[in-house]
Amino acid sequence: MKRKKSVRKSFVYGLLIALSLLFLLPFFWMVMTSLKGPEELSQFPPKLFPSEWHFENFAKAWNSQPFNLFLINSLIVTALTTIGQIVSSTLVAYGFARFKFKGRDSLFIILLATMMIPWEVTMIPQYMEFNLFGWINTLKALIIPSWFGSAFYIFLLRQFIMSIPKELDEAARIDGANVFQIYYKIYLPLVWPVIVLIAVFNILGSWNDYLGPLIFLNDQSKYTLTLGLAQFKGVHDVNTSGIMAVTFLISIVPLVIFFLAQKKIVEGAQTTGLK
Amino acid sequence: MKSDLSVNITPSSIQLKRRNKWTKLIPYLFIAPWIIGFVVFTLGPLLFSFVISFFDWPIVGERKFIGFSNYITMFTDDPLFWHSLWVTVKFALFFVPINIILALLLAILLNQKVKGSSLFRTFFYVPSVISGVALAMIWGTVFDGEYGILNYLLSLIGIEGPNWLNSTSWALVAMVIASLWGQGTMMLIFLAGLKNIPQDLYEAAEIDGAGKIFQFFKITVPLLSPTILFNLIMTIIGAFQQLTLALVLTGGGPLQSTYFYAMYVYENAFKYFKMGYSSANAWIMFLIVLALTLLVFKSSSMWVYYENEVKNEK
Repeated sequence: MKRKKSVRKSFVYGLLIALSLLFLLPFFWMVMTSLKGPEELSQFPPKLFPSEWHFENFAKAWNSQPFNLFLINSLIVTALTTIGQIVSSTLVAYGFARFKFKGRDSLFIILLATMMIPWEVTMIPQYMEFNLFGWINTLKALIIPSWFGSAFYIFLLRQFIMSIPKELDEAARIDGANVFQIYYKIYLPLVWPVIVLIAVFNILGSWNDYLGPLIFLNDQSKYTLTLGLAQFKGVHDVNTSGIMAVTFLISIVPLVIFFLAQKKIVEGAQTTGLK
Repeated sequence: MKSDLSVNITPSSIQLKRRNKWTKLIPYLFIAPWIIGFVVFTLGPLLFSFVISFFDWPIVGERKFIGFSNYITMFTDDPLFWHSLWVTVKFALFFVPINIILALLLAILLNQKVKGSSLFRTFFYVPSVISGVALAMIWGTVFDGEYGILNYLLSLIGIEGPNWLNSTSWALVAMVIASLWGQGTMMLIFLAGLKNIPQDLYEAAEIDGAGKIFQFFKITVPLLSPTILFNLIMTIIGAFQQLTLALVLTGGGPLQSTYFYAMYVYENAFKYFKMGYSSANAWIMFLIVLALTLLVFKSSSMWVYYENEVKNEK
């Protein structure tokens, strides 16, 4: 019996290790390729490790395009959309969770239903609408819509707020606090874990977004990093080490965010799954 | 309400009423951002898209009402419509089941009581934070026919790998593999579901002499079925919106073998500027996704098991 158990354990370990290697392989290859010299890029069969580590690839690739500018654009969009989502989604979620009003339940069902609409359906009219507003080729097209809440974030927050006992705000009301004070003095601190989760989701989504910038931005001066990287590949298609170097640099932000917020992400997945 | 009417109207109660009117508005103030955003960025565009799908609507030039022509053309006179739909269906047929099985397998492995499982969890999840362009770039290098690491590793075990992204039969497979890399969120959701299954069920089964495989199909799968349903719907919707990977990695090629439906919609709008036609394309996509979701939901009563069902029926 014991022996059977240890055989099973080592089987599980073997599988876990093999699968981990498979999952990490693309990262490994990205880093190795980014450090290779031009002659080693077209060497067949390929070498796993570069014989010389070309760290200068990073600065060279980064400076061959206005990536600093793209970085600033990406930072602006990511920061402002994240703040916008947090402010608007918490307000709306609080409204849905803590008040009784006419049409509340049907409105909430509509909100949930909007998650089903493929972006392709609204993308064309949105483009025309933003054109009318004068937002095309400005970062506004990417930022402003995020200040009106997102269905998924509102849903997550509302579920969380509903689980908080109502006695809390009754006590506060007796102490003379109005609803807005209750919202930001009592609820905002309480929902902080979900806010962090939303921030993480939104930073990742906004940082990695390609289609939004692709459709709404034309001038290179407005490009975000993802657009810049796609353009870089178009220009330097054979410079694989340069492409990998920039890809690596761009991936640093999501990776750091992930390692900082790993615990929150894991907890968050649990809230999502338990619909 | 009735008791309100019976109260004598005194100055102070009028004041109270006015105050009540205000209090009634407060909830709407809180949800106002979403309502405005919904009307301006979702409902408006949705209706507009529906309307212009009945128009010949070039981005510049004359717009003309043409009834159902866009829809008729799509179904009867546009091979690319059927082709892109078929590419998407093929992708979904591979991707959806493999993705769910892989995520479930990883979650089950992580749920075994082994040391370092949080480290393994990190390894399996971390690719999911890289998506879109960066993911496409990385996999482009991995899949490279001559200098890529995948074919190099395959050659070590005596397999001559295909020229993945330049092969009409393998490019779509490459897309499936690259997409599987980002299964992390689904794995975490499964893991959370597994942790919620009461352990005593397994212990009882063990005492009854049930084997591991029996336990998996009779305990794990039924109790996890709501989570499987959720993940199934999310993956189907995701498969139909596959676009960035194809745009960056293959441009829909070679010979349009990775020309997804979403790419068809995108190109009709932003390459050929047929806004009306493209809107009609998008609506068909919406209807397909909706129909599939409803189908999965309807069928779910046959295979999804809700633990609380019995309790709730009271």
